[in-house]
Amino acid sequence: MKRTARFAAVGVIAALALTGCGKNDDDGDDNENGADANASVCESADGDGPAIGLAYDVGGRGDQSFNDSAYAGLENAVEEYDATCVEGEATDGEAESAREDRLRNMADQGLNPIIGVGFAYSESVNAVAPDFPDISFAVIDGFDPDTEPNDNVAYLGFAEEQGSFLVGVAAALKTETDQLGFVGGVHNDLIKKFEAGFVAGATAVNPDIKVAVNYIEESDLAGFNDPEGGNQAATALYEGGADIVYHASGASGSGVFEAAATADAWAIGVDSDQYLTAPADQQEHILTSMLKRVDVATFNMVESVVDGEPLTSYVVYDLSQDGVGYSTSGGFIDDITTDIDEYADQIISGEIQVPTAP
Amino acid sequence: MNAGTVVLKVGQAVLAPLIALAFAVVVTSVIVSVAGSSVSEFWEVMLEPPSKRSWVNILNQTSMLFLAGMAAAIAFRMNLFNIGIEGQYLLASYCAAVVAGAALLPGKLNVAAAVVVAMVVGAVWAGIAGVLKVTRGVSEVISTIMLNAIALTLVGWLLNQYGDSAGQGRRTTPIPESSRLDGFSFFGYFAQADGRVWTLSFVAIVVGVVLAVVINRTRFGFDLRATGSNDEAAVASGVGIKKMVVVAMLLSGGVAGLIWLPAFFGDGYYYGTPFQSNLGFTGLAVALLGRNRPIGVAVGALLFAWLSVQANPLQLFADISPSIVQVTQGVVVLAVVAAYEVVRRFGVAQEQRSIRKALQRTGRLEEGAAT
Repeated sequence: MKRTARFAAVGVIAALALTGCGKNDDDGDDNENGADANASVCESADGDGPAIGLAYDVGGRGDQSFNDSAYAGLENAVEEYDATCVEGEATDGEAESAREDRLRNMADQGLNPIIGVGFAYSESVNAVAPDFPDISFAVIDGFDPDTEPNDNVAYLGFAEEQGSFLVGVAAALKTETDQLGFVGGVHNDLIKKFEAGFVAGATAVNPDIKVAVNYIEESDLAGFNDPEGGNQAATALYEGGADIVYHASGASGSGVFEAAATADAWAIGVDSDQYLTAPADQQEHILTSMLKRVDVATFNMVESVVDGEPLTSYVVYDLSQDGVGYSTSGGFIDDITTDIDEYADQIISGEIQVPTAP
Repeated sequence: MNAGTVVLKVGQAVLAPLIALAFAVVVTSVIVSVAGSSVSEFWEVMLEPPSKRSWVNILNQTSMLFLAGMAAAIAFRMNLFNIGIEGQYLLASYCAAVVAGAALLPGKLNVAAAVVVAMVVGAVWAGIAGVLKVTRGVSEVISTIMLNAIALTLVGWLLNQYGDSAGQGRRTTPIPESSRLDGFSFFGYFAQADGRVWTLSFVAIVVGVVLAVVINRTRFGFDLRATGSNDEAAVASGVGIKKMVVVAMLLSGGVAGLIWLPAFFGDGYYYGTPFQSNLGFTGLAVALLGRNRPIGVAVGALLFAWLSVQANPLQLFADISPSIVQVTQGVVVLAVVAAYEVVRRFGVAQEQRSIRKALQRTGRLEEGAAT
């Protein structure tokens, strides 16, 4: 018995450690968050505007990507409308009921609107929203999982393929090897949109360009929170001859930037302007970032509730309303912005139809 | 066994977890305060009497963690370390969801079919590791870790290849209304908004009772325990070790296959975002906490479920990351092993002392008789 126990203990610790590989980084972030938790606008906001509930996806505030973009929108809304806010954080591998409970707690507190960041909230919002008809819900990247429409839920989607197309154009104009790379966090339909747009943009400039593609995980959402995996995936692409790698992998992107710095090559950021949040030694390797304006969507949702006409059903943020775009921080692509903007105009006018699947 | 040893045994079983829990409480409190958050707020949230809704969630989570813990415990009793429960229930859940979604059988028969499929798939996936161990001597620790990775990638690929497109992701076909299970409201005690205790949660109780009987009251169970405590002695008394290894793995995997089914038929209705991962790994810790005994595993499962459900609103009410309870859970497991060892040594010392006393007494008697 004693031997079993000892053996088992070592094993369990090994198991926890192995599964915790991704999580350690997460916890590191959390600690950072704890340290500058005062930085959250929700701590100090005490206005008499709307009370906003923001439920984050795995990674939470501090992921320097998707969730932070939502937070930026929240900050703007708090400032603009004198609002207060409550944030909820998701844990890796949590139960569906945990997401539902989070939303119900927010609704019980009378928050309105309540915004779920990430498609993982689709089911839980669908379960909670009918019980709170007076509260407006939104799910970023979400969808209605059943056939009964909810008239108090907005599904805020983005034309990621259009923004990805533009950074694909930028990459094609800047590459010297005519080989590009793409790192996806998880091989799902959402991330395939990024891949499809990027490839379409690159080949629109030069049909001979090759784009190598590498996904971190096939279906495990941990792929969005795995900097080490991002590093390995990008390193393989650089070693294969790519000189610019575009990533759509959430918090795993920091590993992609590390790989870019090591390989002395270019990387392209995603969701937020990642030049602004990267460490100094990596900044000079971030060519541009595809902007997915989750902040615009978040802000618009609050605005619509304040105006008394809450958004409902499916809303798509595309190029024409600045829902997606690209960043120019660092000034690395200043010489080609007119070319990129020409493509953008063609997309907006409908001359170019960007594919949504590779 | 006299009254003293009974007290000692019970004390050992109860004292060690209590010491471990106290230790975990201290460590967690220190971490919370080092992170700059309020310790009192933390425990206020954690120890607040659960709402009805939270009770539903705690009971539901307990049932899944109990199944995961029992799957681990069967293998542990045989000195096998089935680290692959995670992959076994992942693959089993996916296959069961596909079969149930296809609705080949009407209504509740569909549920029964899915249960059978899940158990078979889980057993086969675990059986691979068992067969590899007895035929090629591959450590089941290594092979099950590898099988986890394979299952994860395989399911992801299958889902991307054959799953229904839903929003930004893929899922299996939702099961028909007639195959959904309403769950228990305990005569209306839980309102609609509180949710329901899943119907298949009772499977956890059935599994617990059956396994308790099998392990403690049957020839197979005796062989299992015998091999676990001393395999050479077991061989000498005629136990076929190879067969036992494979059967234990099959049984462990079969139970693992059931883990997610209560949630599937009670709430999820398809494999996709509602799938809850990580239960397999947590199950290992729960089994260890419960010393591989059904009652102990149930208590361990309840504790872990309580911790994770109560921690969920931590960020809302106390601005503390709910991930902190993973630290608590880890420390409990570490501490419980250490505490069992301390209590056991104390017990052994105690026993030796009483034997010595008894010997001295008889020695004096003999001396008296000689003179």
